Amino acid sequence: MTAPTLTAKDFTSDQEVRWCPGCGDYAILKAVTKTLAGLGASREDTVFVSGIGCASRFPYYVSTYGFHTIHGRAPAIATGVKLANPDLDVWVVMGDGDGLSIGGNHTLHVLRRNVDLQLLLFNNEIYGLTKGQASPTSRLGTRSPSTPRGSVDAPLIPGAFALGAGARFFARAVDIQQPQLVEVLTRAHQHRGAALVEIFQNCVVFNDGAFHEFTERRVIPDNQIYVEHGKPLRFGANRTHGLRIRPGTLSLEVVTPGEEGVTDDDVLVHNEKDQALATLLVRMAPPVFPMAIGVIFDSPAPTYEHVVLDQVTEELQAGKADLDALLAGGRTWTVL
Amino acid sequence: MTMSAAGSEAVRERQDSVVIRFAGDSGDGMQLTGSQFTVESALAGSDLSTFPDYPAEIRAPTGSTFGVSAFQIHFGSIDVLTAGDDLDVLIAMNPAALITNLRDVRIGGLVLVDSAVFTPRNLEKAGYSANPLEDGTLVQYRSLVLDMTTLTQQAVASCDLTSKEALRCRNMWALGLMLWMYDRDRSATIEWLGKKFAKIPKIADANIAALNAGHAYGETVELPGGLTGYAVGRADLPPGTYRTVSGTESLAWGLVAGLRAAGLDRLMFGSYPITPASPLLHVLAGLRRYGVVTFQAEDEIAAVCSAIGASYAGALGVTSSSGPGIALKGEAIGLAVSTELPLIVVNSQRAGPSTGLPTKTEQSDLFQAMYGRNGDAPLAVIATATPTDCFEVGIEAVRLATKYMTPVMVLTDGYLANAAEPWLLPDTDGIPEFPVTQRKDPEGFHPFVRDPETLARAWAVPGTPDLEHRIGGLEKSTSSGHISYDPENHQQMTNLRAGKIAGIAKDIPLQETALGEATGDLAVVGWGSTFGPIFKAVASAREKGLRVSHVHLRYINPFPQNLQELLAGFSKILVPEMNNGQLVSLLRSAFLFPAQGLSKVTGKPFKISELVAAIHAQLEDSA
Repeated sequence: MTAPTLTAKDFTSDQEVRWCPGCGDYAILKAVTKTLAGLGASREDTVFVSGIGCASRFPYYVSTYGFHTIHGRAPAIATGVKLANPDLDVWVVMGDGDGLSIGGNHTLHVLRRNVDLQLLLFNNEIYGLTKGQASPTSRLGTRSPSTPRGSVDAPLIPGAFALGAGARFFARAVDIQQPQLVEVLTRAHQHRGAALVEIFQNCVVFNDGAFHEFTERRVIPDNQIYVEHGKPLRFGANRTHGLRIRPGTLSLEVVTPGEEGVTDDDVLVHNEKDQALATLLVRMAPPVFPMAIGVIFDSPAPTYEHVVLDQVTEELQAGKADLDALLAGGRTWTVL
Repeated sequence: MTMSAAGSEAVRERQDSVVIRFAGDSGDGMQLTGSQFTVESALAGSDLSTFPDYPAEIRAPTGSTFGVSAFQIHFGSIDVLTAGDDLDVLIAMNPAALITNLRDVRIGGLVLVDSAVFTPRNLEKAGYSANPLEDGTLVQYRSLVLDMTTLTQQAVASCDLTSKEALRCRNMWALGLMLWMYDRDRSATIEWLGKKFAKIPKIADANIAALNAGHAYGETVELPGGLTGYAVGRADLPPGTYRTVSGTESLAWGLVAGLRAAGLDRLMFGSYPITPASPLLHVLAGLRRYGVVTFQAEDEIAAVCSAIGASYAGALGVTSSSGPGIALKGEAIGLAVSTELPLIVVNSQRAGPSTGLPTKTEQSDLFQAMYGRNGDAPLAVIATATPTDCFEVGIEAVRLATKYMTPVMVLTDGYLANAAEPWLLPDTDGIPEFPVTQRKDPEGFHPFVRDPETLARAWAVPGTPDLEHRIGGLEKSTSSGHISYDPENHQQMTNLRAGKIAGIAKDIPLQETALGEATGDLAVVGWGSTFGPIFKAVASAREKGLRVSHVHLRYINPFPQNLQELLAGFSKILVPEMNNGQLVSLLRSAFLFPAQGLSKVTGKPFKISELVAAIHAQLEDSA
């Protein structure tokens, strides 16, 4: 018997959504439910795990299983879920403070271990739920209640962090660019292993317009590059620009084929299995470079829980373990 | 009895019980030596109890006092419940071991030392200004000063060893002599050495040669001071099959037995290395065949969180640590209280605060277990009393966690984790089953629908159709499980969480005395690893006709239903604890009794004599 295909609406819970009007989270929620419908996911086998923060309310609004846990710890809880039942399809929702500050250690380790999870990092470069303090991704000089003269600590680049931790999948998307977001989420789901998706999410109250530099409709062509495996890394209104390795260096530069002796062949072709290229792409930012969006790196490796549980299965197949044999193992003696 | 050739041996003096401590550098192999003496003693039919006491440093500088590692064993034909108060025998492999351990030897006790290592340099490192072998330091003891170094070198001369390798066999020489002295066999040790050094046969041969040489020395050489061997009879143990077991092993096996009794397939153990709790991770990591999955997490918080995630997904989540790690787990344990998920948290307590004395035992985390979370966050607290008791406590922890959908804190300690004693193997068919039901029926379901009897909420596991729901650490409505900020609802939920834990009291055995009548002049109330010394001290006081009883608590939260009534039957209450007075505070606040505390926080267990003195002092006061 095949279960009836569910629609995006079927994945929406009956709970009243309590994000601020205009919050980017609404768009992400819509894209996620649409993705689940598109994947033919089942409600009972899908689990959303979150930490604490605005983004972490997410599980309440999806009609699957959900666990709203504690600040920063969602990846650790999700790891336990997968070790208990690897057949569950587990999505982790984190904010930038949640996943990169208080929970940075767990994000690091869940990536290097390669637990099969979709990790959605809602990056709004600010603490929203606690009313607007600078976060680990806030840009230098961010003025906030905790940094009245501007933040002085250098921001973390989530993609560079993830690749440095040994992530096997990293992608980016923008909250309101739904088709691309759905595509990226679908790819993250297809990837077996830890898949980190950084979603630029606009906080209308505390950090409105943080990403306007590359998300406003008129600047998208010049300030975003949507990367696709096997296709040239080109962008611009008429795809006039491209990326190439600056001769004699290990860095990228923006070029215009046809000008200054640059040809189409000079432009790099995106290879999502190339970690070195991914490392260059994630560090790009306007105004010098476009922001890379899409699947930047996807190079699967065996997942943690399968390797661990295969060991368990292997030993379980050796036969039903006898408790008495365990207790009487080692040296025994008999008193008459 | 292993007889020497032609019965040439002098008649052995009989002893009821003996306390031996092997002490040496942390690299001298004292733990292995003590462990092997334990095995041979157990096989010879002794009852016994051991106390490994080792430094926090893995390899402290050679010859230093802070690098001394010791292993104490108390064995005998009597009922042995403690590792012993005073030493009958001290084997000191160097001056540092002598200076740090001599004070524990009883007057007239035997002190065995290796004269070759009492060099000016080693004496200075140990802090001796004069050679204790010559200045009368040992005059009140029986000393056996042997050149063990040369004797060992001679024994292994044919084994083609470097001089360093040869010296490493000194411990086996000393063990051989002690096995002769107490008339123990050595075949189990020979077999063990063969296995341990199977890949380097010459090392195995050398160790066996040293062991045999030490034994032969006792048999053939007339020891100074007319020292002869001793005979220690078999203990009067109930019939059955025995093994020795440490608290760590029996707790691990108890958890596995509990998993089976609950009818669950998987135990997910999330842990992070910490002294003295790590051995539990090591033992469980070897039990995959029993459905155990172990996860060495990136930190203590991830360890407990992974266990909570596993319980949420339908497995039995267990985590373990020592005090500092439990502190880190506090917030997550609160989440398990709030979401009402089964969780077992094992605390192998050590001396605190902060890093404290990592390898020394204490029972000072009781308040932490009771109160170490934000908000009103009650959970069940149970404690282990002896190495073998850990098995039953492991099973009981599983029962309470799954039946009541609650975290259960299991308090054990560094002493119990490492100490070993003989164990009459239990009949596993006789372990009562307590099958767990996970909810399947969507009719009338919400995640906080409760069993009216136990107040436990339904355990509905992801993967179950039509029970999809969301839970979290925010307060939830009693009637729907949805988030609720309603003031009255929070009061109700707080009451429900407290009532659920309090209700466990109806489901645990009534408190009985461990020894003595249910009324009297004095109740000595203990919990945890103080069981052995308290029991022995109370027995001793009772032999002198004092009306004193021993009450030992396994269940601390909630207390057994009749505890107040039981304690009310005594004129006085004394609560010895290896902390600054924690259980005594709980008893006073719960029952308003004027209980008296007796505190010891030296990193070592109570001596029986200390407790006997305290009991007498209590009863003299009232006389």
